[in-house]
Amino acid sequence: MMAAIELKNLVKRYGVSTKAVQVLHNVSAEIHDGEFVVIVGPSGCGKSTLLRMVAGLEDITEGEIRIGNNRVNDLEPSKRDIAMVFQNYALYPHMSVFDNMAYGLKIAKVSKEEIKKRVRAAARALELSQLLERKPRELSGGQRQRVAMGRAIVRQPQVFLFDEPLSNLDAKLRAHTRLEIQKLHRELGTTSLFVTHDQVEAMTLAQRMLVMNEGRLQQFGTPEEVYNRPANTFVAGFIGAPPMNLLYEVSGIEEGRVLGIRPEHLHIKNTSHLNATNDAHSWLAQVYALEMLGAERLVYARIGQEDVVVRTDVASDVPEIGGALELIAEHHQVHWFDKKTGLRQK
Amino acid sequence: MMGRHRLLDALSHLVLCIGVLITVFPIYVALVGASHTAQEMAQSPIPLWFGHETWNNLKTVLWGEGPGVTTQVPVYRMLWVSCVTAISIAVGKIIISLLSAFAIVYFRFPFRKAVFWGIFVTLMLPVEVRIVPTYQVIADFHMVNSFAGLTIPLIASATATFLFRQFFLTVPDELAEASKMDGATPMRFFWDVLLPLSRTTIAALFVIQFIYGWNQYLWPLLISTEERMYPIVMGIRSMTAGADSQVQWNLVMATALLALLPPLLVVLCMQKWFIKGLVDTEK
Repeated sequence: MMAAIELKNLVKRYGVSTKAVQVLHNVSAEIHDGEFVVIVGPSGCGKSTLLRMVAGLEDITEGEIRIGNNRVNDLEPSKRDIAMVFQNYALYPHMSVFDNMAYGLKIAKVSKEEIKKRVRAAARALELSQLLERKPRELSGGQRQRVAMGRAIVRQPQVFLFDEPLSNLDAKLRAHTRLEIQKLHRELGTTSLFVTHDQVEAMTLAQRMLVMNEGRLQQFGTPEEVYNRPANTFVAGFIGAPPMNLLYEVSGIEEGRVLGIRPEHLHIKNTSHLNATNDAHSWLAQVYALEMLGAERLVYARIGQEDVVVRTDVASDVPEIGGALELIAEHHQVHWFDKKTGLRQK
Repeated sequence: MMGRHRLLDALSHLVLCIGVLITVFPIYVALVGASHTAQEMAQSPIPLWFGHETWNNLKTVLWGEGPGVTTQVPVYRMLWVSCVTAISIAVGKIIISLLSAFAIVYFRFPFRKAVFWGIFVTLMLPVEVRIVPTYQVIADFHMVNSFAGLTIPLIASATATFLFRQFFLTVPDELAEASKMDGATPMRFFWDVLLPLSRTTIAALFVIQFIYGWNQYLWPLLISTEERMYPIVMGIRSMTAGADSQVQWNLVMATALLALLPPLLVVLCMQKWFIKGLVDTEK
């Protein structure tokens, strides 16, 4: 079954004429059949709006959405052959887990035996078999989340839509559920759109990711592409934990350019094997804070007026707060951006 | 919480006891009054302890047989009229308000705000204010002396609509969206999701509106000109207004007791739901 998703010049405006607020500007993307695509961006960037437009919960002001080669602009959500997992799960509070999962099928007039079969299968896959008679309020957050996924799975849709489904879980459960979702996608192979503001979630889950900011698509690519070749300063400063250092006015930067360097590509002289050669930039910096993360340590320092983060091995010497350091960056690991447009150069 | 103080404790108990006495004494008098014969009740002072005539008195008023019956219609008929009116009003109010609140909260239509404010403003208009024009309308429809005339004008309810609107606003939007994704039509969502969630609110409103309907006096006074359409509240009144004969207080009291029973039953049965509906919602 073909279920590619095509977004063509999507525009979303709220309000009328002069007072209208535009929240999406010409977003276009092609999502392949079976692909897991994550839409990521800071809050208010329009990512949820985009997802809700695909779902049919928001009107499309301009542009076109095609699912599996059908134009769905004017189709009711239920006619688009999609299923959605909501941020707060949106389980029907008065229905049992079984009824929650079966509701959509009941409306679609699927036979009773078939409903039972599908719900049981989904419950088994999600380890909910023991909980089918429970009400949502008797479940833990993680279990509710799984019921919400189960409700999507039993419909056997062409496309799954996830609207920040992990943001109400605690950190440990979130990591676990991330793996579950990956596994599920491997097994079912259903085209999925997943919205999140958490770039770690985006990096770990995505086959390709749509990075958005202020209603505009910034970059669409694999996590590797986005990480290794950020399209502009926004993406560079958004992806990565901690994100890329962006330097505007330190030595070695030509007029009109911005230098980007990942924290793991900055090295401290003497403690690293690198020496300042012609192939590397080097700056003097002052340490102002340290963060111990376990396997690594983050060193916060200032080059002139500009803040940088350096990721170092815990085994290396601990720099002194207030002390000076020489930081080295190899040429080939440096990213260049245009100062005016923010776009990647080269 | 005020500090624990013996005197204060004693004082508040005293106040409570007085309050209870004030509310309970009339009911006690009714109970005692209903247990005596008419002659005993005509004496002065009236007896303050139970007699042996309760059963006979109740039988007399209920079936309209025996000595001293002043109304032509037995009380069971009045109870029936009252029950039908009160239940129709309560159920009608709930259905109408549920639907109008559903429309106001979940649909975008022109003048939606105006409609809501229109309903809201009528909150401030009690039946008494619009009673004359309403009577005119009902009379023109030939609904005088009918159940329709007794109930229909009292069914539209701003209070209940407002309460349901407030409740619907607390139901998360995602539920409506989820049901949309599940392919439910709006009415299906209303029926399968909103209605079950509103159960406790409905129960609370039913109790309140049943008693409201039961206690209606002024409106039936206009609409029911024949005794067979008298609700019990009016019936009691007409019994005490015997022009030439002595008022049969024992029978009046018995009737009053009978009039107390249905609201009491409703409150007792719905008590659990009623409190739940006022205190919390199942979400």
